[in-house]
Amino acid sequence: MTPRNDLGAQSFVLLRLGDRRFAMVAEQIAELVAPSRVFRFPHRTETVEGVILRRGRIVPVCDVADQLIGKSLLTRRFYLIAVRNYGAKSEWVALPVTGECELISADMSPAGESDAAHVSGWISHEGDVIEVLNIDSLTPGPGATTPARVPLALQEATS
Amino acid sequence: MRFPPAAKTTAPHTEQIILFRVSGQLFAVSSGSVQEVRSVDSLAGSATEISAPGLKKVRHIVRRGDKTLFVVNGALHFGLPLTSGLLVFVLRRTRTALLIDGIEKMTTMTRLQALPQAFCNEERNWYRGVTALDQNVVPVVRPEGFLTSEEITLLERSMAPAPLASEIAESSTGPIHDAAE
Repeated sequence: MTPRNDLGAQSFVLLRLGDRRFAMVAEQIAELVAPSRVFRFPHRTETVEGVILRRGRIVPVCDVADQLIGKSLLTRRFYLIAVRNYGAKSEWVALPVTGECELISADMSPAGESDAAHVSGWISHEGDVIEVLNIDSLTPGPGATTPARVPLALQEATS
Repeated sequence: MRFPPAAKTTAPHTEQIILFRVSGQLFAVSSGSVQEVRSVDSLAGSATEISAPGLKKVRHIVRRGDKTLFVVNGALHFGLPLTSGLLVFVLRRTRTALLIDGIEKMTTMTRLQALPQAFCNEERNWYRGVTALDQNVVPVVRPEGFLTSEEITLLERSMAPAPLASEIAESSTGPIHDAAE
Protein backbone atom coordinates (compact mmCIF):
# COMPACT_ATOMS: atom_id res chain seq x y z
CA MET A 1 0.00 0.00 0.00
CA THR A 2 1.30 3.43 -0.89
CA PRO A 3 2.16 5.46 2.18
CA ARG A 4 -0.03 8.57 2.45
CA ASN A 5 1.25 11.89 3.69
CA ASP A 6 -0.89 14.11 5.83
CA LEU A 7 -1.64 17.40 4.09
CA GLY A 8 -3.19 19.10 7.14
CA ALA A 9 -6.82 20.04 7.89
CA GLN A 10 -8.85 21.52 5.02
CA SER A 11 -12.50 22.31 4.43
CA PHE A 12 -14.49 19.90 2.33
CA VAL A 13 -18.04 19.73 1.08
CA LEU A 14 -19.60 16.32 1.46
CA LEU A 15 -22.10 15.45 -1.23
CA ARG A 16 -24.38 12.53 -1.68
CA LEU A 17 -25.01 10.55 -4.85
CA GLY A 18 -27.57 7.84 -4.24
CA ASP A 19 -26.52 6.14 -1.02
CA ARG A 20 -22.86 7.08 -1.34
CA ARG A 21 -20.94 10.08 -0.12
CA PHE A 22 -18.10 11.90 -1.82
CA ALA A 23 -16.15 15.02 -0.94
CA MET A 24 -14.85 18.03 -2.78
CA VAL A 25 -12.42 20.66 -1.59
CA ALA A 26 -14.62 23.53 -0.36
CA GLU A 27 -12.62 26.10 -2.33
CA GLN A 28 -13.82 24.43 -5.51
CA ILE A 29 -17.48 24.93 -4.64
CA ALA A 30 -19.27 28.09 -5.69
CA GLU A 31 -22.84 27.40 -4.58
CA LEU A 32 -25.45 24.84 -3.72
CA VAL A 33 -28.69 25.63 -5.52
CA ALA A 34 -32.13 24.15 -5.91
CA PRO A 35 -32.77 22.38 -9.20
CA SER A 36 -33.91 24.75 -11.89
CA ARG A 37 -34.93 24.35 -15.48
CA VAL A 38 -32.34 22.59 -17.60
CA PHE A 39 -32.13 24.03 -21.09
CA ARG A 40 -31.25 21.44 -23.66
CA PHE A 41 -29.96 21.86 -27.19
CA PRO A 42 -28.25 19.49 -29.59
CA HIS A 43 -24.64 18.61 -28.83
CA ARG A 44 -22.30 15.64 -28.86
CA THR A 45 -20.82 15.65 -25.35
CA GLU A 46 -22.47 12.72 -23.64
CA THR A 47 -21.94 13.68 -20.02
CA VAL A 48 -23.43 17.15 -20.41
CA GLU A 49 -27.21 17.17 -19.94
CA GLY A 50 -27.80 20.78 -20.79
CA VAL A 51 -27.32 24.13 -19.14
CA ILE A 52 -28.88 26.12 -16.33
CA LEU A 53 -28.97 29.87 -15.91
CA ARG A 54 -27.37 31.05 -12.70
CA ARG A 55 -26.46 34.63 -11.82
CA GLY A 56 -26.32 35.52 -15.48
CA ARG A 57 -24.00 32.65 -16.25
CA ILE A 58 -24.79 29.71 -18.46
CA VAL A 59 -23.69 26.70 -16.46
CA PRO A 60 -23.40 23.21 -17.94
CA VAL A 61 -25.04 20.39 -15.99
CA CYS A 62 -22.88 17.28 -15.76
CA ASP A 63 -24.36 14.19 -14.15
CA VAL A 64 -21.31 12.40 -12.79
CA ALA A 65 -23.32 9.75 -10.92
CA ASP A 66 -23.00 7.26 -13.73
CA GLN A 67 -19.23 7.45 -13.49
CA LEU A 68 -19.14 7.36 -9.70
CA ILE A 69 -21.91 4.99 -8.66
CA GLY A 70 -22.68 3.26 -11.93
CA LYS A 71 -26.14 4.70 -12.48
CA SER A 72 -27.78 8.00 -13.28
CA LEU A 73 -29.66 9.84 -10.58
CA LEU A 74 -33.41 9.35 -10.54
CA THR A 75 -33.97 12.17 -8.08
CA ARG A 76 -31.92 15.28 -7.55
CA ARG A 77 -32.31 17.68 -4.67
CA PHE A 78 -29.65 20.21 -5.46
CA TYR A 79 -27.08 21.28 -7.96
CA LEU A 80 -23.64 21.64 -6.47
CA ILE A 81 -21.95 24.30 -8.54
CA ALA A 82 -18.25 23.60 -8.71
CA VAL A 83 -15.40 25.55 -10.20
CA ARG A 84 -13.77 23.58 -12.98
CA ASN A 85 -10.35 24.58 -14.27
CA TYR A 86 -9.56 24.67 -17.97
CA GLY A 87 -5.89 25.57 -18.05
CA ALA A 88 -5.60 29.11 -16.74
CA LYS A 89 -9.36 29.68 -16.98
CA SER A 90 -12.09 28.36 -14.75
CA GLU A 91 -15.81 27.91 -15.28
CA TRP A 92 -18.76 26.77 -13.23
CA VAL A 93 -20.13 23.27 -13.65
CA ALA A 94 -23.36 22.08 -12.02
CA LEU A 95 -23.34 18.60 -10.51
CA PRO A 96 -26.72 17.11 -9.58
CA VAL A 97 -26.67 15.62 -6.06
CA THR A 98 -29.33 13.65 -4.22
CA GLY A 99 -29.10 14.95 -0.68
CA GLU A 100 -28.00 17.67 1.66
CA CYS A 101 -24.40 18.75 1.45
CA GLU A 102 -22.25 19.28 4.51
CA LEU A 103 -19.22 21.43 5.16
CA ILE A 104 -16.60 19.64 7.22
CA SER A 105 -12.98 20.01 8.15
CA ALA A 106 -10.73 17.03 7.73
CA ASP A 107 -7.23 15.92 6.94
CA MET A 108 -6.80 14.70 3.41
CA SER A 109 -4.49 11.93 2.41
CA PRO A 110 -3.30 12.28 -1.18
CA ALA A 111 -4.39 9.82 -3.82
CA GLY A 112 -2.18 6.86 -4.50
CA GLU A 113 -0.89 5.70 -7.85
CA SER A 114 -3.54 3.02 -8.03
CA ASP A 115 -6.40 5.45 -7.45
CA ALA A 116 -8.63 6.50 -10.33
CA ALA A 117 -7.94 9.83 -12.01
CA HIS A 118 -11.02 11.39 -10.51
CA VAL A 119 -9.71 10.82 -6.97
CA SER A 120 -7.54 13.62 -5.65
CA GLY A 121 -7.36 12.19 -2.15
CA TRP A 122 -9.15 10.58 0.74
CA ILE A 123 -10.63 11.84 3.97
CA SER A 124 -11.96 10.02 6.98
CA HIS A 125 -15.29 11.16 8.40
CA GLU A 126 -17.69 9.48 10.82
CA GLY A 127 -16.10 6.12 10.28
CA ASP A 128 -16.14 6.33 6.50
CA VAL A 129 -13.22 6.76 4.18
CA ILE A 130 -14.45 9.11 1.48
CA GLU A 131 -13.05 9.93 -1.93
CA VAL A 132 -12.17 13.55 -2.55
CA LEU A 133 -13.18 14.21 -6.13
CA ASN A 134 -11.06 15.85 -8.78
CA ILE A 135 -13.65 17.79 -10.73
CA ASP A 136 -11.21 18.53 -13.54
CA SER A 137 -10.89 14.84 -14.24
CA LEU A 138 -14.53 14.00 -13.68
CA THR A 139 -16.14 16.45 -16.06
CA PRO A 140 -15.57 16.88 -19.78
CA GLY A 141 -13.33 19.49 -21.29
CA PRO A 142 -11.15 20.14 -24.31
CA GLY A 143 -8.85 17.25 -25.05
CA ALA A 144 -10.55 15.08 -22.47
CA THR A 145 -11.76 11.62 -23.20
CA THR A 146 -14.95 10.36 -21.65
CA PRO A 147 -13.93 9.14 -18.22
CA ALA A 148 -14.28 5.44 -17.72
CA ARG A 149 -16.82 4.16 -15.26
CA VAL A 150 -15.20 3.65 -11.88
CA PRO A 151 -14.98 0.05 -10.70
CA LEU A 152 -16.93 -0.60 -7.54
CA ALA A 153 -13.76 -1.66 -5.76
CA LEU A 154 -12.39 1.86 -6.12
CA GLN A 155 -15.46 3.55 -4.76
CA GLU A 156 -15.94 4.71 -1.20
CA ALA A 157 -14.59 2.21 1.27
CA THR A 158 -15.94 1.79 4.76
CA SER A 159 -13.32 1.69 7.44
CA MET B 1 -18.50 30.55 -0.20
CA ARG B 2 -19.79 33.40 -2.28
CA PHE B 3 -17.98 34.07 -5.47
CA PRO B 4 -17.88 37.41 -7.26
CA PRO B 5 -20.14 37.82 -10.28
CA ALA B 6 -18.94 36.16 -13.43
CA ALA B 7 -16.50 38.08 -15.56
CA LYS B 8 -18.17 38.54 -18.91
CA THR B 9 -16.68 36.26 -21.47
CA THR B 10 -17.51 38.57 -24.34
CA ALA B 11 -18.05 42.28 -24.46
CA PRO B 12 -21.71 43.31 -24.41
CA HIS B 13 -23.02 44.14 -27.84
CA THR B 14 -26.27 44.01 -29.68
CA GLU B 15 -26.86 41.94 -32.73
CA GLN B 16 -29.93 41.28 -34.80
CA ILE B 17 -30.74 37.61 -34.83
CA ILE B 18 -33.33 35.36 -36.37
CA LEU B 19 -34.83 32.73 -34.11
CA PHE B 20 -35.76 29.64 -36.05
CA ARG B 21 -36.97 26.14 -35.37
CA VAL B 22 -35.72 22.80 -36.50
CA SER B 23 -37.66 19.80 -35.28
CA GLY B 24 -39.09 21.78 -32.38
CA GLN B 25 -35.70 23.03 -31.21
CA LEU B 26 -35.05 26.75 -31.15
CA PHE B 27 -31.85 28.16 -32.63
CA ALA B 28 -30.59 31.63 -33.45
CA VAL B 29 -28.57 32.91 -36.36
CA SER B 30 -27.22 36.37 -36.96
CA SER B 31 -29.52 38.09 -39.44
CA GLY B 32 -26.41 39.40 -41.18
CA SER B 33 -25.45 35.83 -41.98
CA VAL B 34 -28.66 35.13 -43.85
CA GLN B 35 -28.54 36.23 -47.45
CA GLU B 36 -31.95 34.95 -48.47
CA VAL B 37 -34.90 33.18 -46.98
CA ARG B 38 -36.73 31.01 -49.50
CA SER B 39 -39.57 28.59 -49.30
CA VAL B 40 -38.73 25.04 -50.19
CA ASP B 41 -41.27 25.12 -52.97
CA SER B 42 -39.66 28.13 -54.61
CA LEU B 43 -36.30 26.35 -54.77
CA ALA B 44 -37.58 22.95 -55.78
CA GLY B 45 -37.39 23.73 -59.46
CA SER B 46 -33.70 24.52 -59.35
CA ALA B 47 -32.70 21.74 -57.01
CA THR B 48 -30.67 18.79 -58.15
CA GLU B 49 -30.29 15.59 -56.20
CA ILE B 50 -26.90 14.62 -54.89
CA SER B 51 -25.70 11.66 -52.91
CA ALA B 52 -22.43 11.73 -51.01
CA PRO B 53 -21.43 8.55 -49.21
CA GLY B 54 -21.83 8.87 -45.46
CA LEU B 55 -23.28 12.36 -45.64
CA LYS B 56 -27.02 12.01 -45.30
CA LYS B 57 -27.67 15.59 -44.30
CA VAL B 58 -27.14 16.86 -47.85
CA ARG B 59 -29.42 15.48 -50.52
CA HIS B 60 -29.76 18.43 -52.88
CA ILE B 61 -27.78 21.22 -54.41
CA VAL B 62 -29.16 24.48 -55.71
CA ARG B 63 -27.59 27.03 -58.01
CA ARG B 64 -27.61 30.66 -56.89
CA GLY B 65 -25.90 32.76 -59.53
CA ASP B 66 -22.52 31.20 -60.17
CA LYS B 67 -22.47 29.40 -56.84
CA THR B 68 -23.54 25.88 -56.07
CA LEU B 69 -25.07 25.60 -52.63
CA PHE B 70 -25.49 22.44 -50.64
CA VAL B 71 -28.87 22.08 -48.98
CA VAL B 72 -28.16 20.94 -45.43
CA ASN B 73 -31.06 19.35 -43.59
CA GLY B 74 -30.92 21.04 -40.19
CA ALA B 75 -32.61 18.16 -38.39
CA LEU B 76 -30.09 15.64 -39.67
CA HIS B 77 -27.18 17.95 -38.99
CA PHE B 78 -28.15 18.36 -35.33
CA GLY B 79 -29.30 14.77 -34.87
CA LEU B 80 -32.92 15.78 -34.28
CA PRO B 81 -36.02 13.89 -35.38
CA LEU B 82 -36.50 14.39 -39.09
CA THR B 83 -39.05 16.90 -40.25
CA SER B 84 -40.01 17.93 -43.73
CA GLY B 85 -38.53 21.43 -43.68
CA LEU B 86 -40.40 24.38 -45.09
CA LEU B 87 -37.87 27.15 -45.44
CA VAL B 88 -34.31 27.50 -46.63
CA PHE B 89 -31.76 29.99 -45.29
CA VAL B 90 -29.11 30.84 -47.85
CA LEU B 91 -26.18 31.54 -45.57
CA ARG B 92 -23.87 34.34 -46.62
CA ARG B 93 -20.23 33.54 -47.35
CA THR B 94 -20.83 29.80 -47.14
CA ARG B 95 -21.82 26.99 -49.47
CA THR B 96 -24.76 26.16 -47.21
CA ALA B 97 -28.47 26.49 -47.78
CA LEU B 98 -30.01 25.44 -44.48
CA LEU B 99 -33.32 23.59 -44.46
CA ILE B 100 -35.39 24.60 -41.43
CA ASP B 101 -38.97 24.24 -40.22
CA GLY B 102 -39.81 27.86 -39.67
CA ILE B 103 -38.89 31.26 -38.37
CA GLU B 104 -40.00 32.13 -34.85
CA LYS B 105 -39.14 35.81 -34.88
CA MET B 106 -36.43 38.39 -35.35
CA THR B 107 -35.02 39.93 -32.22
CA THR B 108 -31.95 41.53 -30.73
CA MET B 109 -29.32 39.67 -28.78
CA THR B 110 -27.53 41.79 -26.19
CA ARG B 111 -25.00 39.27 -25.04
CA LEU B 112 -23.42 36.27 -26.68
CA GLN B 113 -21.85 33.95 -24.14
CA ALA B 114 -19.15 31.51 -25.09
CA LEU B 115 -20.19 27.89 -25.18
CA PRO B 116 -19.06 26.43 -21.82
CA GLN B 117 -15.83 24.48 -22.15
CA ALA B 118 -17.60 21.36 -20.91
CA PHE B 119 -19.04 21.12 -24.41
CA CYS B 120 -15.98 19.72 -26.10
CA ASN B 121 -17.05 17.95 -29.27
CA GLU B 122 -18.54 18.85 -32.66
CA GLU B 123 -20.88 21.37 -31.08
CA ARG B 124 -17.98 23.77 -30.69
CA ASN B 125 -18.00 24.11 -34.47
CA TRP B 126 -21.77 24.27 -34.67
CA TYR B 127 -22.28 27.22 -32.34
CA ARG B 128 -20.79 30.66 -31.92
CA GLY B 129 -22.12 30.58 -28.39
CA VAL B 130 -25.35 30.76 -26.48
CA THR B 131 -27.60 33.61 -25.51
CA ALA B 132 -30.25 34.04 -22.85
CA LEU B 133 -33.53 35.32 -24.29
CA ASP B 134 -36.83 35.62 -22.44
CA GLN B 135 -35.80 33.15 -19.72
CA ASN B 136 -34.65 30.73 -22.37
CA VAL B 137 -31.18 29.71 -23.52
CA VAL B 138 -30.73 29.61 -27.26
CA PRO B 139 -27.69 28.33 -29.13
CA VAL B 140 -26.43 30.74 -31.79
CA VAL B 141 -25.34 28.81 -34.83
CA ARG B 142 -22.11 29.37 -36.70
CA PRO B 143 -22.98 29.59 -40.41
CA GLU B 144 -19.66 27.97 -41.40
CA GLY B 145 -20.31 25.10 -38.99
CA PHE B 146 -22.84 23.21 -41.08
CA LEU B 147 -20.30 21.82 -43.51
CA THR B 148 -16.65 21.12 -42.82
CA SER B 149 -14.10 21.61 -45.59
CA GLU B 150 -13.83 17.82 -45.79
CA GLU B 151 -17.57 17.52 -46.27
CA ILE B 152 -17.54 20.18 -48.97
CA THR B 153 -14.76 18.33 -50.77
CA LEU B 154 -16.74 15.10 -50.51
CA LEU B 155 -19.83 16.81 -51.87
CA GLU B 156 -17.98 18.40 -54.74
CA ARG B 157 -16.61 15.01 -55.72
CA SER B 158 -20.13 13.61 -55.65
CA MET B 159 -21.51 16.27 -57.91
CA ALA B 160 -22.28 15.33 -61.43
CA PRO B 161 -20.66 17.51 -64.13
CA ALA B 162 -22.25 20.94 -63.98
CA PRO B 163 -25.39 21.04 -66.09
CA LEU B 164 -25.94 23.76 -68.65
CA ALA B 165 -28.12 26.68 -67.67
CA SER B 166 -30.86 25.50 -69.96
CA GLU B 167 -30.80 22.14 -68.23
CA ILE B 168 -31.08 23.70 -64.79
CA ALA B 169 -34.44 25.18 -65.64
CA GLU B 170 -35.67 21.75 -66.62
CA SER B 171 -34.12 19.81 -63.79
CA SER B 172 -37.02 19.90 -61.40
CA THR B 173 -36.70 16.91 -59.11
CA GLY B 174 -39.60 17.58 -56.84
CA PRO B 175 -39.71 19.15 -53.40
CA ILE B 176 -36.39 19.35 -51.59
CA HIS B 177 -37.68 17.78 -48.41
CA ASP B 178 -39.01 14.66 -50.10
CA ALA B 179 -35.59 13.26 -50.86
CA ALA B 180 -34.26 14.27 -47.47
CA GLU B 181 -36.58 11.85 -45.78
